[in-house]
Amino acid sequence: MLSAILSGFGLAILAPVLNRCAGAKVGWLLGLLPAGLFVYFARYASAIATGGVLRQSTPWLPQIGVDLSFRLDGLSLIFALLITGIGALIVVYSGRYLAGHRHQGRFFSFLLMFMASMLGLVLADDVISLFAFWEMTSLTSFLLIGFNHLRAASRRAAMQALLVTGLGGLALLAGVTVMGLETGVWSLSQLLESGGIVRDSPLYGIIVTLVVVAAFTKSAQTPFHFWLPNAMEAPTPVSAYLHSATMVKAGVYLLMRLTPVLGGTAGWIAILTVFGAATLTTGTLLAIRQSDLKLILAYTTVASLGLLVMLIGIGSPVALEGAVLYLLAHALFKGALFMIVGGLDQVTGTRDIAMLGGLRRAMPITFAMAMLAALSMGGVPVFVGFLAKESIYRATIGADFSVALTAIAMIGNALMFAAALAVAWRPFAGVKRVEILKNLRDPPLSLLLGPSLLACLGLVFGILTGPIGSFVIAPMLAAMGVTPTHPHAALWHGVNTVLVASAATMVLGLGTFMIIARLRKGFAAALKAIGWGPDRGYDQFMAGLQGLASGIFKIVQPGLLRHYLIAAYAAFALALLAPFLFLSVSLGTPDFAAALGDSTLQDISALGLAIVGAVILLAAKTRLIAIVMLGVHGSAIALLFLLFGAPDLSFTQFMVEILSVVILTLVMTRLKLDAVDSRTPSERLLDGGLSLAVAIGIALVLTAITQHPLDMRLSEFFAQASATLAHGRNIVNVILVDFRALDTLGEITVVMTAGLAAIALISLRPQRAAKQRDVEEIQPHIDLAPGEER
Amino acid sequence: MNTLIMRAVAPVITALMALFSVFVLLRGHNEPGGGFIAGLIMVSALALYGIACGASAVRRALSIHPLCIAGLGLLFSLSSGLPSALVHMPYLSAQWWVAQIGEATKIPLSTPFLFDMGVWLVVVGSITAIVLELEGEEEQD
Repeated sequence: MLSAILSGFGLAILAPVLNRCAGAKVGWLLGLLPAGLFVYFARYASAIATGGVLRQSTPWLPQIGVDLSFRLDGLSLIFALLITGIGALIVVYSGRYLAGHRHQGRFFSFLLMFMASMLGLVLADDVISLFAFWEMTSLTSFLLIGFNHLRAASRRAAMQALLVTGLGGLALLAGVTVMGLETGVWSLSQLLESGGIVRDSPLYGIIVTLVVVAAFTKSAQTPFHFWLPNAMEAPTPVSAYLHSATMVKAGVYLLMRLTPVLGGTAGWIAILTVFGAATLTTGTLLAIRQSDLKLILAYTTVASLGLLVMLIGIGSPVALEGAVLYLLAHALFKGALFMIVGGLDQVTGTRDIAMLGGLRRAMPITFAMAMLAALSMGGVPVFVGFLAKESIYRATIGADFSVALTAIAMIGNALMFAAALAVAWRPFAGVKRVEILKNLRDPPLSLLLGPSLLACLGLVFGILTGPIGSFVIAPMLAAMGVTPTHPHAALWHGVNTVLVASAATMVLGLGTFMIIARLRKGFAAALKAIGWGPDRGYDQFMAGLQGLASGIFKIVQPGLLRHYLIAAYAAFALALLAPFLFLSVSLGTPDFAAALGDSTLQDISALGLAIVGAVILLAAKTRLIAIVMLGVHGSAIALLFLLFGAPDLSFTQFMVEILSVVILTLVMTRLKLDAVDSRTPSERLLDGGLSLAVAIGIALVLTAITQHPLDMRLSEFFAQASATLAHGRNIVNVILVDFRALDTLGEITVVMTAGLAAIALISLRPQRAAKQRDVEEIQPHIDLAPGEER
Repeated sequence: MNTLIMRAVAPVITALMALFSVFVLLRGHNEPGGGFIAGLIMVSALALYGIACGASAVRRALSIHPLCIAGLGLLFSLSSGLPSALVHMPYLSAQWWVAQIGEATKIPLSTPFLFDMGVWLVVVGSITAIVLELEGEEEQD
């Protein structure tokens, strides 16, 4: 299974090259890999159907017990089949959809990377790998939404999706970590057996909250739903694949996967049911309001995800059965409808429902396939959508608050049916409205294959209830720790409440469709009256965040070197003086007279030179004199080191002083500083006081240290060992390059980094001007993907 | 600063200082000296040359970008820790060879020396890069 995932990443690397070589047939060529992976996973279908679970493990970070382990059971198998199967069709579709686009190779690369990450996500057994793959799907989604990166709307949508799903990713990491620490196990396989420990844990509430935030952001549940419609900025194959059939289902997958661990409690049922129902309602209402075909589909996707979450929340066997069936049905019909809308867009140049009409004669195959998909979406009998809806109603009727839940499900389904008809009927029925193109025809095979196959499968699966029961429902329910209810999904259960609800839904849906134009106007007016939505809230939040950041930045980073130095030296002075003020460190009684008596004439003259340097430095009128005097002072100190028997130290100090003078002078001329100091008297007073505090602190510390006998153990060790062990007599150098070589390695890395940073800072200004010039030159070359212009 | 005397003398002094720098580097293991000090001497030499003849003259003389020198030095130091792996000792454990040249001359070679040379190159490269950047505009590519 690891090789299946890696093959996706591998092909992603090769895709741009293949794209250049293969030309127009590149979609068919690249589609071979997902198709092959589909076959690879399909071979396991019968083994999994009989209750098998396949596990594979490769050590990844054995030190901390993280393995790259994978688990193939009913749940992951169906997801893997959807990802690879629809993936193959999408790749073929994209080969045509983006034909001739400058960055088609890059697009395939992103798409295949996403496919591999998504496969990893559903196959992962280790929770840390699960998190890693989860984040990778967010990242690839970001890249794909922002594919037309020259459009501001695309960039905003990509960033928004990344931030919202990234927030969920962090919640997931926190959630699985808490869960791992509580149970002590880090693999899903073991977690599935420790459900009791998690549910009885005092941290259960926190775990559920974190996991639910992760799932809700990924699966676009209210109030996080706003990123998904905005993500429709991506090219249509991406919308069909990521933002309908696969990635947004990752949250649903997570909830299904963790149902045996976290599910069944009152809190779990309440949160999932309430938020699911709210999302279902919001999604359908907003879908009716849209007139862009793609946005209608996007909002119904939000609604469908809400329905799935609601069913998982109810959690009874029949509810999960409904969730499983609806998941399958939704991937088929929504994938098909998105691809059909993309094809329509390519052929007619518009996705606006008001602009399209009367296309049934010109595009009969497209029309037929759109209707097949829409009927499945509306839950019309013999389609798989019907099976799903039957189970859904059986579930809501059997649940607590059955009247409310059934009503919500019925209204939701009815509105979705109306929306489906708006997408699949409206553009094809009535009189021809697109007059721009005379000879409209069905899109070419590569654009039709995917939607047709998916739409027809919706019908086939609806009829083949037996295999669906044993190959899809039973293994998936088994993975969730539930045994299927006895009457398998079937087309006919006799006349009962469920059938009546089903029929009522269809009537209601048709009725809504008749007045959909009026409803749209009404909703639009109502939404305009409200004016505020989560999308606006996101903007306000981001603006607030940036305001806060720049506010703090202005305080912490005023851009004045003097302020930074004051802060640094104030902290230094505090650190030096604090022990004497608060810890009562004894100073002892230093014998200055004796020390002075021992001094030679050379010592005293060097000291005198240092003092003279310091005095002139303070009195200096111009900066240049001050810099030179600093050098004189430092050199005098170096002389003292030499006299006290530290030639190495002295030597280095001399060189540093010389270079300081040179570099400071250069800085002064280069940065065009004033020749004289421009500080006000009060500023000078503050700086002077601070310097004095630091000086007193150092003097006190040195005095205190010299009152204690020095611990000579280290010095003796190095004196002995440097010649015998390291074959060197210069102890300082031996310590630097041998005993403590790793420290030195760190230090020279810092030296090099500081050099890089200094150069970047010095040359910052001219470079910024040059960059601005470049941007202006690039601007005129903005190009758009075919079919994406508005 | 670019007076005639300065320009005439600077190359000679620079060459002498460079020689001295190498000397200090080589004697560092037994006498006062070492990579860091030697590097600072070399930078002083180059800075002097730059003050006298201009930053571009120094760049021409170095012929590669000073930061490349620094990078090379870091590479030297990093890789000087690797030979110890061959004898199953921890990273950066010192290894010694004595090269026998002729009858009487023995030259001890060691990984700490390679390491010290890396330090020397990093100091020379990084600080020279800063000084040159300050001394004059970098030529446009």
